Amino acid sequence: MASRSEGPVLEIKDLNISYYTRAGEIPAVIDFSLSVQRGETIGLVGESGCGKSTVAMAIMNYMGANGGIKSGEILFKGRDIVRMTGDELRRIRGSEISMIYQEPFAALNPSLTVANQLMEVPLVHEAIGRQEAYARAVQMLTDVRLPDPERIMKAYPHQLSGGQQQRVVIAMGLLSNPDLLLLDEPTTALDVTVEAGIVKLIAEISRKFGTAQIYISHNLGLILETCDRVFVMYSGEVVEEGTINSLFTWPRHPYTHGLFGCIPLPTANKNAAPLQPIRGQLPLPHERPRGCNFGPRCDYFVGGHCDAGKVAMEYVSDAHDSDHRVRCARFRDIDHSAYLKPKNVREAAEVGENVLEVRDMQKYYELRDASIGAMISGKGVTYVKANEALSFSARRGETVAIVGESGCGKSTFAKVLMGLETATGGEIRHEGRDIGNVSVHDRTPEQLASLQMVFQNPSDTLNPSHTIGHQISRVIKKFGVETDKNKIHERVMALLDTVKLPRDFYFRRPRQLSGGQKQRIGIARAFAGNPSMVIADEPVSALDVSVAAAVTELLMDIQREHRTTLLFISHDLSVVRYLADRVVVMYLGQIVERGSTEEIFDPPYHPYTEALLSAVPIADPEVTKREIVLEGNLPSVTNPPAGCPFVTRCPRRQGAICEQQRPPVQLVSEGHAIACHIPLDELRAVEPVIRVPSEDERAHA
Amino acid sequence: MLILIFKRIGFMVITMLIVSMLLFLLLEFDKEGVAVRVLGPYSSEEQRAIWLEDNGYNDPLYVRYFSWLGRFASGDFGESVRFKVPVSEVMWPRLWNTAILGFWVFAVMIPLSLALGILAGMREGSKLDRSISVLSIITTSVPEFASAVLFSALFVFSLQWLPGTSSMMDGFDFKQLILPVLVLVVYDFGYVARMTRASMAEVMTTQYIRTAVLKGLPYNQVILKHALRNALIAPFTVIMLQVNWLLCGVIVVEFFFAYKGFGALLLEASLNKDIFLIEACAMVAVFVAVATQTLADIGYTYLNPRIRFS
Amino acid sequence: MTNASVATSPPATGYGAALVRALRSFTLLRESWVGMIGAAIVLFWVGVAISAPVLSPFDPNATVMPLQKPGAEHVGGGTFWLGTDHLGRDILSRIIWGSRTVLYYAPLATFTAYAVGIVMGLAAGYHRGWVDDVLSRISDIILSFPVLVLYIVIIATIGASGVNIVIAITFASGPGIMRIVRGLVLDLRNRDYVAAAQTRGEGSWRIMLVEILPNARGPLIVDACLRMGYVIITIGVLGFLGLGLPPPDPDWGGMINETRQMAMAFPHMTVYPCLAISSLILGFNLLADGVREISLRD
Repeated sequence: MASRSEGPVLEIKDLNISYYTRAGEIPAVIDFSLSVQRGETIGLVGESGCGKSTVAMAIMNYMGANGGIKSGEILFKGRDIVRMTGDELRRIRGSEISMIYQEPFAALNPSLTVANQLMEVPLVHEAIGRQEAYARAVQMLTDVRLPDPERIMKAYPHQLSGGQQQRVVIAMGLLSNPDLLLLDEPTTALDVTVEAGIVKLIAEISRKFGTAQIYISHNLGLILETCDRVFVMYSGEVVEEGTINSLFTWPRHPYTHGLFGCIPLPTANKNAAPLQPIRGQLPLPHERPRGCNFGPRCDYFVGGHCDAGKVAMEYVSDAHDSDHRVRCARFRDIDHSAYLKPKNVREAAEVGENVLEVRDMQKYYELRDASIGAMISGKGVTYVKANEALSFSARRGETVAIVGESGCGKSTFAKVLMGLETATGGEIRHEGRDIGNVSVHDRTPEQLASLQMVFQNPSDTLNPSHTIGHQISRVIKKFGVETDKNKIHERVMALLDTVKLPRDFYFRRPRQLSGGQKQRIGIARAFAGNPSMVIADEPVSALDVSVAAAVTELLMDIQREHRTTLLFISHDLSVVRYLADRVVVMYLGQIVERGSTEEIFDPPYHPYTEALLSAVPIADPEVTKREIVLEGNLPSVTNPPAGCPFVTRCPRRQGAICEQQRPPVQLVSEGHAIACHIPLDELRAVEPVIRVPSEDERAHA
Repeated sequence: MLILIFKRIGFMVITMLIVSMLLFLLLEFDKEGVAVRVLGPYSSEEQRAIWLEDNGYNDPLYVRYFSWLGRFASGDFGESVRFKVPVSEVMWPRLWNTAILGFWVFAVMIPLSLALGILAGMREGSKLDRSISVLSIITTSVPEFASAVLFSALFVFSLQWLPGTSSMMDGFDFKQLILPVLVLVVYDFGYVARMTRASMAEVMTTQYIRTAVLKGLPYNQVILKHALRNALIAPFTVIMLQVNWLLCGVIVVEFFFAYKGFGALLLEASLNKDIFLIEACAMVAVFVAVATQTLADIGYTYLNPRIRFS
Repeated sequence: MTNASVATSPPATGYGAALVRALRSFTLLRESWVGMIGAAIVLFWVGVAISAPVLSPFDPNATVMPLQKPGAEHVGGGTFWLGTDHLGRDILSRIIWGSRTVLYYAPLATFTAYAVGIVMGLAAGYHRGWVDDVLSRISDIILSFPVLVLYIVIIATIGASGVNIVIAITFASGPGIMRIVRGLVLDLRNRDYVAAAQTRGEGSWRIMLVEILPNARGPLIVDACLRMGYVIITIGVLGFLGLGLPPPDPDWGGMINETRQMAMAFPHMTVYPCLAISSLILGFNLLADGVREISLRD
């Protein structure tokens, strides 16, 4: 047995995990091995269904009713967790191994105070009194940088913001000073600027407490920022592992290459260097191919070689780092530099006349307070300013992105544009006609057809009760594109071809489709009436990276072909940088900056844009960033600051003027505007947030 | 929180007013009909006219309603046609008897159904869970009048353990209370148990229970501290609303076992068209129902910190 | 091509396909033995009700021989399998014919209550605003009545008849159905496919009936089965209290009421109708449980 001071904290050997369903046994994790040293952070990365979360649950030996560890060992400080009794497990859980969860709100008990939930951890694991437990909890809340810990202790979870909740969960995990911390997508449910703060905190923890960590994420950029070593998983298996530097600079598995080709890195460009989606789909667990699981999707697949039998992990001995292993039968034969060359290069699309003009558009919601107190004071009605003085325009064939975090008003704007809500002020001209006050019921079929939308959530976008064919033909009929039954049918088939789906999808129902396929149908539906403008509200944010890349490319191909104006709503600046021609940055219902993509990503910046740029994780170890972490929470839309909306979190606050006065809109150039009190010259003087090395400076060059 | 209580009570008052209006219109809109019911079908035209004049029935409808409401609010419900005494003299003792019956039903039903529901919901899909579920489906499928017959056939006719009627002619007799309580409990515990089970099962699948387990808490602490607190919020409301159901159940059971309770009184009044007694009984029944619903709402808010502090 | 043209005419497929799917999902019941037993019981009684003229050995209203025990032989041939009542009517025949009464009025009342509840629930949940306020208040007030008190007051006022029972049940359970439908609609109306329908200019009734309602069917089918049970209980209770269908036509609740005075001496007169009504309710409740189990599975 290994002694406490030396040897790995955790060692997993040949772990196999299966789920038992009515359909039979489904292997979820196959031949998984890993070891974690003290103070080390290991990253597990992969798309949904690859088995990464199952590994975390197995380490806790918490498999649920239908999961089981089939074989292998999980040695925690030399003791096998798989063979522990319930009591032994209980003593380890929460004291020596803790876990941080994806959705902090769901992970906290809604009817117990934070104090109650924190204090029980040391109380149950150590022989200490309530007072000491309380003091420890307060101290830990301070350590996770929560302001006013005494107040937080008394609060119930719902009284805290998402970021605060996650800090409480982290504090809960650290209270007994564990040896190992499991983090299962700890920032996926949070906004980018909040995420940046949590990521920084997690990095601090491993430095300060020496806690070993296993960080699970689908986001390669986050893994790069937090981990020392990384394991890439695909369909239940680790396909590649290595140190961060080695794996990110010299990936060796075709799937890892594929993942990098799907991420909109700063070097990607929709015309000169488009994304390279991985073809095909993830195999279902019971339909995995023989040999290499990635075989059917791989460009280097050789029949009889790759599908001959199990492929083992091998050391990449020729690489720049000896501690780099890959599960590929042909990694020595592959020309790895070929992946770096841009393919499918396209011409930049031609931009035409203005299709959309928004001028001083505002949307207020009335909030009626029916309480007696409000009636007495006469403040019965308050206004939520969801959109305030929005002005921008979009031209034919152009892609305009609206960027902002949750609550910034971007979805409200989309609703007004679509006529699901009407504007309270200003105007929106689409093809010359004011539609800001025209609700969807009062629009003509031509107006409706010319302005369509692609929705965010694939599980929601199609009606589960109707066939695909029915749903698309209904649109065609409703818009009067075709009236003859046969013609409608032909048009549906043509649309299915356009979105690259087989024609027999006509008779399918939404539940028989994958998320990516549903989004494709959503795109087909939006383009059914030959719209002049399409609004895409986070169309790929719910999809896995490789699927998202394919859908993004498809959307842009169709847009280019039809010279459609695309209004792309997103929280993700990487995607925006990749596909937008012009960008509008929103914060708390207002536009803080707008301009062409190049203008937005280079100084002068609005301080919020600057922070947003810094917050987005980038999966390229040679790209350097200036670190700007925002303090505090997003203010509530019902009670926004009187002056600049960003004043409560702005690191460049000028003083009273920011709190009291609306910032002026300063024109940097025609089309590039920044709403800020800071003089433009001062804003121009800052360094770029992101620095991308030139090709010659790169290590792999 | 205080505002919410006022709101709920306000709503309760409004409901009672509307119910009283409907009831008044339903029963007293036709004043000739009232006279016929009070004075009997053989009364003469003249007698009725005099009676109507004497009792203010020739006033406009709304004046009649408000004076009726005023008398009602002050506890003067009029005189029972059948018993020839003030309604309150008949009604309050009967209500007290029903309260005794109701107390015992709740005293047996709540612990039984909560215990079964929690046991079943703790391990969803287990054998125990399936057995409790099927048992509760079977018991809720036998309506009170049927189970009263079946239990009587068994305990009174075959085994001769218990008396077949519960009229309590010679004073209070606990033995006579057993069958009515049994019938009501058997029909109703299944519903509450199933609600508790559903609530418990749902809580057991939540992520915060997983958090509690992975914190290393002992199983009993996970259940008692983390699960029950959330799982019992929904059943609390369900139990409070059972008062409403009990008001229906007692009608059947009291009728069957000749128990001198409120339900039997209401039924008798309806069958005899004893108009003022119907009004009084219906208003009291609705008052009890609405009051418990109000309490249930307020209690629910109090139990649920998500609402309490928002 | 024929298939395609069928698929492109929405109103026909909307409901035609829904029916086919409802039948297909019925075969899914195989996977829940509880649901299977429930379906078997219900189908048994439906079969009995349909073939009552063939099955019943005697005229249900004819006075044959009073106070016969079960199994007694009739002098004119035939056996009183379940005995006869105080008026000499054959109990088995009355139970068989009584199944017709209950299986006629219960589905009818459930259906009308659903028609009212769905329309109210859709309107309240989809339009929100004052429509919702008014409808919700009305249903709150009706629901605050103890149900049976409501029935007794209504029936005592408007009189006992089949139609009046249907009206009373619709009045009393419509609001409950409305609440369920409203809750489901409040959830479904925020789905993106509803927004998609709105942005292509569909009318609000089409959205409610074609886009929203079909997706609420799972919970509604479960509720409808449970509610059938309650309606059967209600009809039984009203009969038992003497407020049900007027005699002499057989009605299970009424049979129990007429004979309960003699239950101590001749339990067979009351026990068999009790078993009949309980088994039918059990059938619907088990069916509801089975449907719920299956609908939760996928």
